[in-house]
Amino acid sequence: MEGVLAQTLASGLLIGFVYALVAVGLTMIFGVMDIVNFAHGEYLMISMYFSYWFFILFGMDPLYSLPAITLIMFGIGIITYYIAIRPIINAPMLSQIFVTFGLLIFLRGVAQFLWKVDYRMIPETLASGNINLAGIYIGRPQLVAAVGAILCYGVILWFLKNTKTGMALEAVAEDKEAARLMGINSNRMFALSWGIGIATVGIAGVLLSTFFYVFPEVGGAFCLIAFVVVALGGFGSVVGAFLAGIIVGLVEVVSGYLIDPSFKFMFVLALYLAVVFIRPQGLMGK
Amino acid sequence: MKKIFRMFCLSLLVLSFASFAYAQEEIKIGVIYPLTGPLASTGQVLLEGVKLAAEIVNGNYNLNMPLAKGEGLPKLKGAKIKIIPGDHQGKPEVGMAEAERLITQEKVVAILGCYNSSVTATASQATERYGIPFVNESSTSPTLTDRGFKWFFRTTPHDGLFSENFFMFLRDLSKKKKVGANTIALFAENTLFGSDSVKYQTKYAEKYGFKLVGTVLYPAKSTQLTSEVQKLKGMNPKVVMQTAYIADAILSMKTYRELNFAPEAILANDAGFIDPEFVKSLGKDANYILSREVWAKDLAKKKPMIKIVADMFEKRTGKHMDGTSSRAFTAMIVLADAINRAGSTEPAKIQEALLKTNIKADQLVMPWDGVKFDPKTHQNMLGKGIIVQVQNGEYVTVWPFNLATKQIVWPFPKWEGR
Repeated sequence: MEGVLAQTLASGLLIGFVYALVAVGLTMIFGVMDIVNFAHGEYLMISMYFSYWFFILFGMDPLYSLPAITLIMFGIGIITYYIAIRPIINAPMLSQIFVTFGLLIFLRGVAQFLWKVDYRMIPETLASGNINLAGIYIGRPQLVAAVGAILCYGVILWFLKNTKTGMALEAVAEDKEAARLMGINSNRMFALSWGIGIATVGIAGVLLSTFFYVFPEVGGAFCLIAFVVVALGGFGSVVGAFLAGIIVGLVEVVSGYLIDPSFKFMFVLALYLAVVFIRPQGLMGK
Repeated sequence: MKKIFRMFCLSLLVLSFASFAYAQEEIKIGVIYPLTGPLASTGQVLLEGVKLAAEIVNGNYNLNMPLAKGEGLPKLKGAKIKIIPGDHQGKPEVGMAEAERLITQEKVVAILGCYNSSVTATASQATERYGIPFVNESSTSPTLTDRGFKWFFRTTPHDGLFSENFFMFLRDLSKKKKVGANTIALFAENTLFGSDSVKYQTKYAEKYGFKLVGTVLYPAKSTQLTSEVQKLKGMNPKVVMQTAYIADAILSMKTYRELNFAPEAILANDAGFIDPEFVKSLGKDANYILSREVWAKDLAKKKPMIKIVADMFEKRTGKHMDGTSSRAFTAMIVLADAINRAGSTEPAKIQEALLKTNIKADQLVMPWDGVKFDPKTHQNMLGKGIIVQVQNGEYVTVWPFNLATKQIVWPFPKWEGR
């Protein structure tokens, strides 16, 4: 029983890191510019397709194509900002919702048009296989994804706290007007937050593609969890999203194992509701 | 006035002659399929299956199946089958309207269709009302033949019988190989497909004397199946019977490997496990799973006729024959055989002949033991599924043993040794 519980905890922890990485971009974009990106999961889907096609067309393992895809996704984030988001920065919230929601439908449609509705998966990657740690089995792709997520998180936190640009980003998140008065170009900071936000979800997508299938609507399930994670961690809080991701992963797996898998999402969403009632600003929110 | 009268008489004469001639040479059969809409590609393939059967009946082919040799229906002076297609677009109400149109306007003598169980349910209500025989080829909802309809016949086995096949297979296997696969866990997604399958599997497990150690239901399209597989592992079953669509099928196989879960057998309820994407995306991780199937091309090794028919089909359509088109083909042969034996196009005579249908296994392109309808429910009693196993990335038939093309690999090999 203890062995099984340890196994369950390990699995929950590993998937939790990935959830956290999916959510960090969402919370960052929200924190910096108060826009909820409903199409966040669709960027996950796009980067998973990139990873898949790099493998199929050029035989590149996801772990090798990761840097290139991260750069591409960074670019896509910036482009999205300039084309779709910049015109609506000062628009009413409803318009902003329509734009990002429209983006979701558009991107899904494009994916379905280009790549059909088939489920695709990279059969064998460098990370495939599993490790036996004293009776606890850990999937290597999950382990690689978790380590990748932690590294990525470390880099983001370091960037935000120790570089001038990072601090400027945080300043914009704190108070746009004041930041502008201090000579920070908020427009560039907005673009940067989109770039970084989409790049991180891109990294999550590539890591996920080593053990998860891709199809045009794959973003939906992960995006729903990402929203729970962001709300739980506190809107705009990068550290909060990290902790919340782990909590959600653990709650999902442990409740599924101890109680009934049919209800696992119920417990995740119940946790979300509880947070909204008791601490609406989330764990680390201000 | 006289002229008009003469014209009228003449036209009557022509009309009666025309209908007389048509009764001798053409027998109209209505075939209702989803020819447009999201299922259009399936519908077209099904229609081609029916047309191929009609072509074999109408022409002269040297095949061991009813009516293949000699042109047309011999007991109706060589009359030929004419297919009148109807399109239900996947909608039950359209299916019913199409059945009525075919009966009242096209004057068809029988109807064949409709693939979707929901449409078959409504269209067969129309045929029941008009007293026209309806032969269903591939709708597997068990309730269709529980309605006590007089004019409704089903050639394909239904989902309940397919579920029973799992247990017949395990029983045959334990006799042959002396494997004690006596503990079973059920693993299914919680939509209608999964929960219905669990219902039947639970019922048959008891009937066949297997011990059910537990059931795991989970929300379809989960982002992870770790806790589910943990639960299964904890139950320590010898056989896992799994029902899932393609997304969960892929993810579950990945999770089995991740958590090193390898029971003696994973017995899957087709759907996701026989999707072309399954083997493509999992590569060698897909090997050795067992799944039920309705048909497989490698059956031709034991029944050469299957290859001839499948090749004819491929030549016609450019597509491979599969479990749906082969069943559509078979239903047409069964119907044509009944009309021929009835020696008449009168619905009541056809219905009577259908009830007396007795087609032998070697006359079919299906893995069935034959076609013989239950006098009460009108369900084909001799239908049967097969069990296929993925070996080296190919689906091969491993059960029934007399149709098997490869030896079954049992137990499911451990993940480490692969």
